Amino acid sequence: MWTIFKFVVKIRNQILNMKQENFFTWKIGGEAGQGQQIAGLILGKTCLSNNLFSFIYSEYPSRLRGGLVTNQVCISDKPVNSISRKIDFLFVLSQFALEQSKNDLADNALVFYDSDRVKIDKIFKKVKFIPLPLRDLAKQNNINAFMLNSLILGISNVLFGFNIKLLEKSIKEVLKENNKSENLIKDNIRAAEIGYRYGCEKLKLKTFLKNKLDFEKNKRIILTGNEAIVRGAVLSNCGFYSAYPMTPASSILHILAKQAKRNKMAVNHSEDEIAAVNMAIGASWAGKRAMTGTSGGGIALMSEGINLAAMSETPLVIIDAQRPGPATGMATWTEQGDLQYLAKIGYGDFPKVILAPSDPEEAFYFTFLAFNLADIYQSPVFILTDKYVSESYKIISDFDLGKNRINRGKLLTEKQLLKIKDYKRYSFTKDGISPRSFPGQKKGIFLANGNEHNEYGFSIDGFSGEMRKKQMEKRHLKFKNIFKDLPKPKLFGAKKASLTLIGWGSVKGPVLEALGNLNKKVNYIHIPAFPLDVKTLSKLLKDVQRSVFIENNYKGQMADLVQEALGIKFKERLNKYDGRQFFPEEIIEEIRNKF
Amino acid sequence: MTNQNNFITSNKSSWCPGCSNFSIKAALVRTFSELNLEPHKIAMVFDIGCAGNSCILYNTYGFHGLHGRTIPVAVGAKMANKSLTVIGIAGDGGAYGEGLNHLSEASRSNYDITFIVSNNFLYSLTTGQASPTSEKGTKTKSTPEGVQKEGLNPLLIALSAGASFVARGYADEVKHLSEIFKEAIKHKGFSLIDVLQPCITLDKKNTREWYKNRIYMLDKNWPVKERNKAMVKVQEWGDRIPIGIFFKEEE
Repeated sequence: MWTIFKFVVKIRNQILNMKQENFFTWKIGGEAGQGQQIAGLILGKTCLSNNLFSFIYSEYPSRLRGGLVTNQVCISDKPVNSISRKIDFLFVLSQFALEQSKNDLADNALVFYDSDRVKIDKIFKKVKFIPLPLRDLAKQNNINAFMLNSLILGISNVLFGFNIKLLEKSIKEVLKENNKSENLIKDNIRAAEIGYRYGCEKLKLKTFLKNKLDFEKNKRIILTGNEAIVRGAVLSNCGFYSAYPMTPASSILHILAKQAKRNKMAVNHSEDEIAAVNMAIGASWAGKRAMTGTSGGGIALMSEGINLAAMSETPLVIIDAQRPGPATGMATWTEQGDLQYLAKIGYGDFPKVILAPSDPEEAFYFTFLAFNLADIYQSPVFILTDKYVSESYKIISDFDLGKNRINRGKLLTEKQLLKIKDYKRYSFTKDGISPRSFPGQKKGIFLANGNEHNEYGFSIDGFSGEMRKKQMEKRHLKFKNIFKDLPKPKLFGAKKASLTLIGWGSVKGPVLEALGNLNKKVNYIHIPAFPLDVKTLSKLLKDVQRSVFIENNYKGQMADLVQEALGIKFKERLNKYDGRQFFPEEIIEEIRNKF
Repeated sequence: MTNQNNFITSNKSSWCPGCSNFSIKAALVRTFSELNLEPHKIAMVFDIGCAGNSCILYNTYGFHGLHGRTIPVAVGAKMANKSLTVIGIAGDGGAYGEGLNHLSEASRSNYDITFIVSNNFLYSLTTGQASPTSEKGTKTKSTPEGVQKEGLNPLLIALSAGASFVARGYADEVKHLSEIFKEAIKHKGFSLIDVLQPCITLDKKNTREWYKNRIYMLDKNWPVKERNKAMVKVQEWGDRIPIGIFFKEEE
């Protein structure tokens, strides 16, 4: 027994100690209110101006002060697809922060600790501990206690060898975005400079990152999934957003509200999610592209409204940023637990369309696509993210819409309406999609109806089986050819492999990071959308020798849906449901041990 | 004044013969005509129930939505296109039961929509259960021992939540009702018109006769800008029931 245990530990350590060249993980932990989030963001942004890549990930409790807030940044000269677990540089501002991270330290990690607050015991080997007398340092230099994070940024800057001017630029940018005053920004910059000098002169830290600084022309950006959704919505000419705050979707509301005037968008914090979805439906009916956003609990409240959009054939984009459920669940953590709920949402029969972005890049393009799909198919369309995608920052290539254009589908102009003699909003057509008008247009008057209706939209009074059947068939016919417009399931890695991972949404990032570090022949099939593209999936699955479904939920919700669609059993599954996403190291470990 | 026929379809209503909803519809069509509105510039949102079933009768843009959710759909439409005249039509069940949260929010927010509620103190389309406005003690299918709760005063709620236009009409006083509608539509902000209407089929108590002896119109000199006085006046109920515009506040 002991030997097996030792063997497992050995393998685990081997994996954890696999060192990628020029890849570093920096982490800061402390209580809520100590500025960890801002520090991580500033560091991640500094990577952008140094032509490097970063991925920023945060964990926080549902409280404003105290608790444990951590921010973790992976930095590399190659694209970073996910956060890694192993920490190279750790800054701890509380004892709890150290306890939480001590098992994730890499060999030769540097641990900087607030020497007033943190005590070190003896159990750590191969790790260098560096005390930081932060308060003394602040006092001597007349720095305010809430700028300790800037001191730490200055010290960190030595480790990465960034030009201090570039760090200062990021501090300025981020603090300005957070509405901080000029004086405060100046003081923070001074604190960073003092930290930098302390790191160089007193601590005599060396620079670990070899940065060639060969600036390419390719323009890159850093943003979260939610920020990418906002950019996608704005470029889609979204004219209306209503929502009730719910983590992790809230930042979409915050940003859109802040930019509302500039974007000429009506943005409304409504009384509840039921109002949010119905308002968006009203706005869409009145001709504007409309969106609402929430998490699983809010979706539950919206589900009747989503049914209304389907029945009245009103375009609508709905964001579900998932967090662990059921009920209130774990507000500030992540899970992929809502897929089946969305795939089967609502009473009665109507087709559901779901786009599940895996990172900010897809979040942008899928949002742009979602508005087009909603207009073309006159239907609700879901964007399904999770806390990990919605709130993590990633450096990616700047968006390029290329040939993508806004497509409002069969939306009629007043000119077109004037030529129609007897306009019927729900007329029967070859593809099931009827030309649409909106209030304010002459000759386009119609009744949008949540009751079963005839071609004009008038409610069916009494039994009218033929009309009911035809309208029902029309609402399903619309989606017959939707696969040509949906992103396709895609294979990543070697064409032939002894093991194929299958997943969706946010698992893609950690899986891709893991694939890069596995010698074994493992590849990955990614499913980006629902309804399932059975043809493409079957083709991809034909060459698979052994498959493992990997999902951030308890039972394997996508695996079950694929089983249902293809009639194939997927017995081997890798599921994580503790509130965190997969780390690449865990996937590597699981594959080596189990498969 | 435009032709009243411009605002109605050729559809037949599903109401009982002699239903007071006919009068409410007549008053509203008269208002549209007198205000010279264009049918394509009117966006009407309808609740579920007898009142909402008028959706097929108006030749305007319409949305027959969900029970209780008339206000949010109307608000969304108004925010999307401010040039529309947006009107919500609901009954006491949808407006004061399922959708009460939206009524207090709309009163606070002062969205520029007109909300007309046919209030018959009953759920009629579902064959007669108690509504939030049913008087305490009323025996209905869902309350065979009599309603055990106080009847809710929607006007008092709207006033206390900050509504800027609060009125009560009586279905059979078509001309008076139409005048209220006119002022409500012209009003820049949220307006609530609670319209008393006897359910001639299911209600044996609040009948036309019962109302006829109690209804009286507010005096022309009623101090319409005084919210506190309005809050007292809307509570007058029993032998005498005032109708008219209790409160109106221009921004």
